[in-house]
Amino acid sequence: MAKTITTPLDEKTARSLKAGDRVLIDGVIYTGRDAAHARLLEMAKKGEPWPLDLQDQIIYYVGPCPEKPGQVIGPAGPTTSGRMDLFTPALLEKGLRGMIGKGSRSPQVVETMKKVGAVYFVATGGAAALIADRITASELVAFGELGTEAIRRLVVKEFPVIVALDSDGNDLYKIGREKFRVAV
Amino acid sequence: MREIHVDQITGAVREMCMQACYDLPEDVAAALTAAREREESELGREILGELQENIAIARERRVAICQDTGITVVFVKLGQDVRIVGGSFNSAINEGVRRGYTEGYLRKSVVCDPLERKNTGDNTPAVIHIEVVPGDGLHLTVAPKGIGSENMSGVKMLVPALGSQGVIDFIYEVVERAGPNPCPPIVVGVGIGGTMEKAAILAKKALFRPLGQPHSLPHIAELEQKSLERINNSGIGPMGLGGRTTALAVQAEVYPTHIGGLPVAVNIQCHACRHAEKEL
Repeated sequence: MAKTITTPLDEKTARSLKAGDRVLIDGVIYTGRDAAHARLLEMAKKGEPWPLDLQDQIIYYVGPCPEKPGQVIGPAGPTTSGRMDLFTPALLEKGLRGMIGKGSRSPQVVETMKKVGAVYFVATGGAAALIADRITASELVAFGELGTEAIRRLVVKEFPVIVALDSDGNDLYKIGREKFRVAV
Repeated sequence: MREIHVDQITGAVREMCMQACYDLPEDVAAALTAAREREESELGREILGELQENIAIARERRVAICQDTGITVVFVKLGQDVRIVGGSFNSAINEGVRRGYTEGYLRKSVVCDPLERKNTGDNTPAVIHIEVVPGDGLHLTVAPKGIGSENMSGVKMLVPALGSQGVIDFIYEVVERAGPNPCPPIVVGVGIGGTMEKAAILAKKALFRPLGQPHSLPHIAELEQKSLERINNSGIGPMGLGGRTTALAVQAEVYPTHIGGLPVAVNIQCHACRHAEKEL
């Protein structure tokens, strides 16, 4: 049975989610991947204000396809989260509460998540056409010149994810794998 | 000498870019269905079901299976009795990629300089491999390659004394290191022999063989089978969340090599093992 959460995601709700939980997300989430993360960090370094407030927000690591006429968004599945690891602790320190992607995270990311009370969700990689159906609106927020890598504000309804890393540091990748490993 | 106009090549490449991104080959879809029947993890079965549903949606609506529509790899078998007319061969291929990705609403994922990283805006240039063969045919394979799985690939120059076991161990090492990142279930392409770059090209070519068709050489077929079993005993499973389906197939290709060498390349491919072929 999946739990439904509505964004923004506060610390208490984030800390209540456990590795392995099926979650349906309703509300607003933001897209951002490699280039957008690099830009945000660069702006922070120069002391410039960010184009969005990340407090209690969720970032979805995605670079969608262009939408066909009549579509809200093109196919939009998760990208590999590990590439964002170098940038993520700084974003978590600024209030980021959740991330959606696929694949493992670094120990530095996990430690910061535990400290601030954040959660890492995974969506099914490759199920891009299916996932796009749960996105009901899409609007450009920043870095339009980055094309697919721009930051967009998405409105989602019953967006399906699984908690892969919780704020206690439990890792579904490890737990799930151990169950099915065959000793040779 | 047979003449082929560049416009024919551009048109074919354009068409194949879209087809490859929208329609997963039947053999790959069938391998997913079989994997779902075998999968012991409930979550794993659900994930495989989502992938099947996604493939059906993409096919029906003519949209990309995965938003990462890849950097376009084009394998060409060019008959030596063919003359290309009307312009440059490579430009004709790139023009086909440009049109296919633009008109097909596919993502443009190519940056012009690997360090400066400015998007070229039209997914060009393609990575083109040309082989000259006897005859007057022109055979094109278009394979959009997503980076999530490509990033997990590896090459190693083994000591010949390590033999088959060394190759199996290296394949496993690469898959283990990849873990959940390449969106398992994966297809594992393996190139053995030649030189470093030859092994890498063989590994990529191995991905296009019909899935589950064993190599014609019995000792290579055995190596494929042993590797697949070991990978599927790892527990990594669909999306790395645990299960018995980590790979749909391990497919190897071999080439003669030097007395002192045993190059091995492992090309990791996600379930979206996309490729389209056409004979002009």
